[in-house]
Amino acid sequence: MLRRLARRAVAPPVAPPVSVLMSLLMALLMAVAVAGLAGCGGGRPATGGAADGTAESAEGAAKEVTVFAAASLTGSFTELGRAFEAAHPGTSVRFNFGSSATLAQQIVQGAPADVFAAASPATMETVTDAGRAGPPVTFARNTLRIAVPAGNPAGVEELKDLADPAVKVALCAEQVPCGAAAAKALDAAGLAVRPVTLEQDVKATLTKVELGEVDAALVYRTDVIASAGKVEGIAFPEADQAVNDYPIAALTGAPAGPLARRFVDLVLSQPGKDALTKAGFETP
Amino acid sequence: MTAARGDGPVRGRLPWVLVAPALLGLAFLVLPLAGLLVRAPWGTLPERLAEPQVLEALRLSLVTASAATVVCLVLGVPLAWLLARVDLPGRRVVRALVTVPLVLPPVVGGVALLLVLGRRGLAGQWLESAFGVTLPFTTAGVVVAEAFVAMPFLVISVEGALRAADQRYEEAAATLGASRWTVFRRVTLPLVAPGVLAGAVLCWARALGEFGATITFAGNFPGTTRTMPLAVYLALETEPEAAIVLSLVLLAVSVVILAGLRDRWVSGP
Repeated sequence: MLRRLARRAVAPPVAPPVSVLMSLLMALLMAVAVAGLAGCGGGRPATGGAADGTAESAEGAAKEVTVFAAASLTGSFTELGRAFEAAHPGTSVRFNFGSSATLAQQIVQGAPADVFAAASPATMETVTDAGRAGPPVTFARNTLRIAVPAGNPAGVEELKDLADPAVKVALCAEQVPCGAAAAKALDAAGLAVRPVTLEQDVKATLTKVELGEVDAALVYRTDVIASAGKVEGIAFPEADQAVNDYPIAALTGAPAGPLARRFVDLVLSQPGKDALTKAGFETP
Repeated sequence: MTAARGDGPVRGRLPWVLVAPALLGLAFLVLPLAGLLVRAPWGTLPERLAEPQVLEALRLSLVTASAATVVCLVLGVPLAWLLARVDLPGRRVVRALVTVPLVLPPVVGGVALLLVLGRRGLAGQWLESAFGVTLPFTTAGVVVAEAFVAMPFLVISVEGALRAADQRYEEAAATLGASRWTVFRRVTLPLVAPGVLAGAVLCWARALGEFGATITFAGNFPGTTRTMPLAVYLALETEPEAAIVLSLVLLAVSVVILAGLRDRWVSGP
């Protein structure tokens, strides 16, 4: 198919120039279509599969809960999702993990979500301001850690080492919660750090450390724990100035109806707190 | 032949089985762009456009896409020639490999680049110890990511042109004593120039829009690696209107360049 595309793309040199343009445009359109099909995989919010729906309709009403949750909740919420499915036979929980800011925008634009768990009150406000959620509840707190690759090649020991120009630092962009928290902590310490990159979410920042592409990054304590030894975490006193509150809310007009509320209740319950604590969160 | 080759279409009623999906297809391609125009914050457009971050991202995008196109031309045209003119063992496999980045999700391309050219990558390690060069998080890294994703467009286009070109001219030149290099330079290249141009334009357009490999391999920092598509994505986090403005700029640049190239080099009616 590609070879055919190639032949279409180019007219023989003796042909009138206009056909070169035509085939160029055609090739462009085809190529963009090919690239588009290949390139757009991830990031889409989960929606109910038709097959699931018919299989479950025999047992009753909507049985699927779609939860939009901050990337840092990936481990603990996946576990809670399984517990929820076990406690409510026939239901399934679908997750869309990502940057809280992106998720908030998707919800405001009408993504079919039932529950939103954000990594900062500011991103939750985007959703409540748009009237898509009732009053949220804080269910967890997260603090920052300096993450360094295993073995700590640059010998980072405290926050002020990140200001050393020889140390390559990755931070989250300030538009996303982990970046806002990092900026707050650095401000509190009075440090000017020039990162080499401002990543889109905390998992992307962590990956740059895991791969050893940077010497240090500011990520959440939970991410250091989740990385299972691939990065080392260093606690620093200024982190207390930038504690992130995680709010959760059932969304108004949730397609799952009362099930959405029940998932929120599970997160706030003791088993929910246990799962979050295990992942490294503090719970209120 | 002359009668059949008229410019007018074949007469007769238009078959709706073709026209209906064609119009639907057109709407599908054009409506999202129209949506951008409708939702654009026209009132605040001038001051938003003049923001230094916008100009910075635009400049970076244009510079890196052009540099990536040059890289693709320098490496891609000879590669296309090799595929089209030299009897390589396993040529089909090589050709398939060359087109892999075309169908590979760009993020995967970015990860692959990190594993090879990253600071701890197979070749990257050596680059750093021998030359003190690290590519990730640099503008050069953006060029590498864009060239990786865009090169197949050029190679496919040029190889197609080479296969379609009449080899008798090259043979004639060779009989007259021209070396293979002279034949390539004086006969082959001028013969396939339209194909090279078409490939270069495709390549440039693809590089301009590159997102996944860039953000994965080169990171995201204003002024050094934050190209327009990255700026659009980041703006979407908090300020959808700013994202629309940036998208408009990218759209306008693409249209202007494609239209400009048409008038300049591919003269048509």
